[in-house]
Amino acid sequence: MTKIITTKAVRLKYGNSEALHGIDLDFEAKQLTTLIGPSGCGKSTFLRCLNRMNDDIPNVHISGDIKFEGHDIYTNKTDLVALRKEVGMVFQQPTPFPFSVFDNVAFGLRLARIKDKALIEERVIESLKQAAIWNETKDVLNRNAQRFSGGQQQRICIARALAVRPKVVLLDEPTSALDPISSAEVEQTLIQLKRQYTFIMVTHNLQQASRISDQTAFFMNGDLIESGATEKMFIKPKRQMTNDYLNGRFG
Amino acid sequence: MSKKDTENLKDVVNQAIDSQQVVHVKLKDIGQKDVDIDKLTRPSKETHQEYWGRGLSYLAIGLIILLVGSIIGFVGIHGLATFFRDHVNLWQFLSSTDWDPTSGPNHVGALVMIVTSFLVTLLSALVATPFAVAVALFMTEYASKKAASFLQSIIELLVGIPSVVYGFLGLTLVVPVIRAIFGGTGFGILAGMLVLFVMVLPTITSLTVDALNAVPKHFRQASAALGATHWQTIARVVLKVATPRILTAVIFGMARAFGEALAVQMVIGNAVLMPYNLVTPSSTLTSQLTTQIGNTVMGTLANNALWSLALLLLVMSLFFNILVRMIGKKGAK
Repeated sequence: MTKIITTKAVRLKYGNSEALHGIDLDFEAKQLTTLIGPSGCGKSTFLRCLNRMNDDIPNVHISGDIKFEGHDIYTNKTDLVALRKEVGMVFQQPTPFPFSVFDNVAFGLRLARIKDKALIEERVIESLKQAAIWNETKDVLNRNAQRFSGGQQQRICIARALAVRPKVVLLDEPTSALDPISSAEVEQTLIQLKRQYTFIMVTHNLQQASRISDQTAFFMNGDLIESGATEKMFIKPKRQMTNDYLNGRFG
Repeated sequence: MSKKDTENLKDVVNQAIDSQQVVHVKLKDIGQKDVDIDKLTRPSKETHQEYWGRGLSYLAIGLIILLVGSIIGFVGIHGLATFFRDHVNLWQFLSSTDWDPTSGPNHVGALVMIVTSFLVTLLSALVATPFAVAVALFMTEYASKKAASFLQSIIELLVGIPSVVYGFLGLTLVVPVIRAIFGGTGFGILAGMLVLFVMVLPTITSLTVDALNAVPKHFRQASAALGATHWQTIARVVLKVATPRILTAVIFGMARAFGEALAVQMVIGNAVLMPYNLVTPSSTLTSQLTTQIGNTVMGTLANNALWSLALLLLVMSLFFNILVRMIGKKGAK
């Protein structure tokens, strides 16, 4: 198996307080990895390092080594635009723009200056199908994306992220703002897609992590405690702390 | 279940009942004699305060409605007298350029003022909007907090300058420059437009800043995560999402320009001549009102004709308000 993203000794400071104390974690290509851990453990912060979304926050200092396909993404020469086309992101709150479904999904393509209308249309349809939202949107592609249900909106956002054909998609608690039925829809979508893309997902829902992920990494107070195959970790965790967390003794 | 377990269970149940009984006893203790029946059947002090508060706010609202109603009524009665008592034709009022109300009802045509008012308003808004949007974008997207608050206070200062000062500046600075470049007197729509441009700029800017700040942050993040540059995010998401509110800002600016009297009157020239170009003297609805109101006698046609201009201004401001509401509703959809 190939490692698509590798990180070494990643430290992140907000001003004077360190939020990540040196994380070493590699991600396998075409696998779904979940990052779990109690609130404030740094898992979201770490996720946002992987496509440099933390850059916009003032007073953040990141050190260490993060490589995407062997290339350091924290050099001065790194093109953020190019990086984010390869490493897409879906947020906790569904964030469709108040445009039509079509314009939402086509957004990234148009950013990339793709002018070919037929190609855009083809990609939009394909992406909506991949995100398992095509049946609900095919007759209403011109409807404002914000007029759909939360689960539908989130799947439109997944389609939007997929439209530029990223290699990696980061998901920051993609179902925590959704009701159980909508969450199940999104999970189903992710299960169907995980052989084609690399997903890295932060979640608070341990059942969700065990249901859909191949790899799991457990974070605690800014440290990576344990990582490995999901099944192994949930059945026989190596560390006592992981065991306690998975059994609901804290967190 | 073993015998011992049953015993334990009984104990637990008994304990629970005991603790309930304590509550029960306490409830009994309150008794009927402790409840003040008088208090229950009469409104309390707080209830009276409630009546008072509600009454006061209804009274204030009533007064304001009365005030607005009487203003509209008064302007309406006098403004419409031109048409009903003096038998001026409404179409003639709106389409004739012959304005000389002292000469009789056939000389009451307001087209010059209408055209000039609209021209200065539209032109000043047209010129001010790109500047306002640019300044607002700088303040919300690029400037540091310090710079943004510095600009904010400059804008507030610009709003606070009395219009007579703007007019005076226009008269001393703008008019001579126009005279030097284009010849003629220098008075006219161009001078009016330039003065109004400075006056509506802060209005449009500060409302546009609000519009841009109202664009949720997660839209910007989502756009950045899709590989958009800062500028692409601004052009394709922020401005697009904020458009209805920016239009509202422009209309508020236009309403201010349309209603501005003093500053315009000082630089427009106040001749009731059709403006065939931007540098000949003309007259707006407001400037005609301010310059002529002292020269007429209440009840005469000349006076009523001015009231008609006032009515037109009132109707226009109503129109601007409706426009703002319509755009707001469309934006909410």
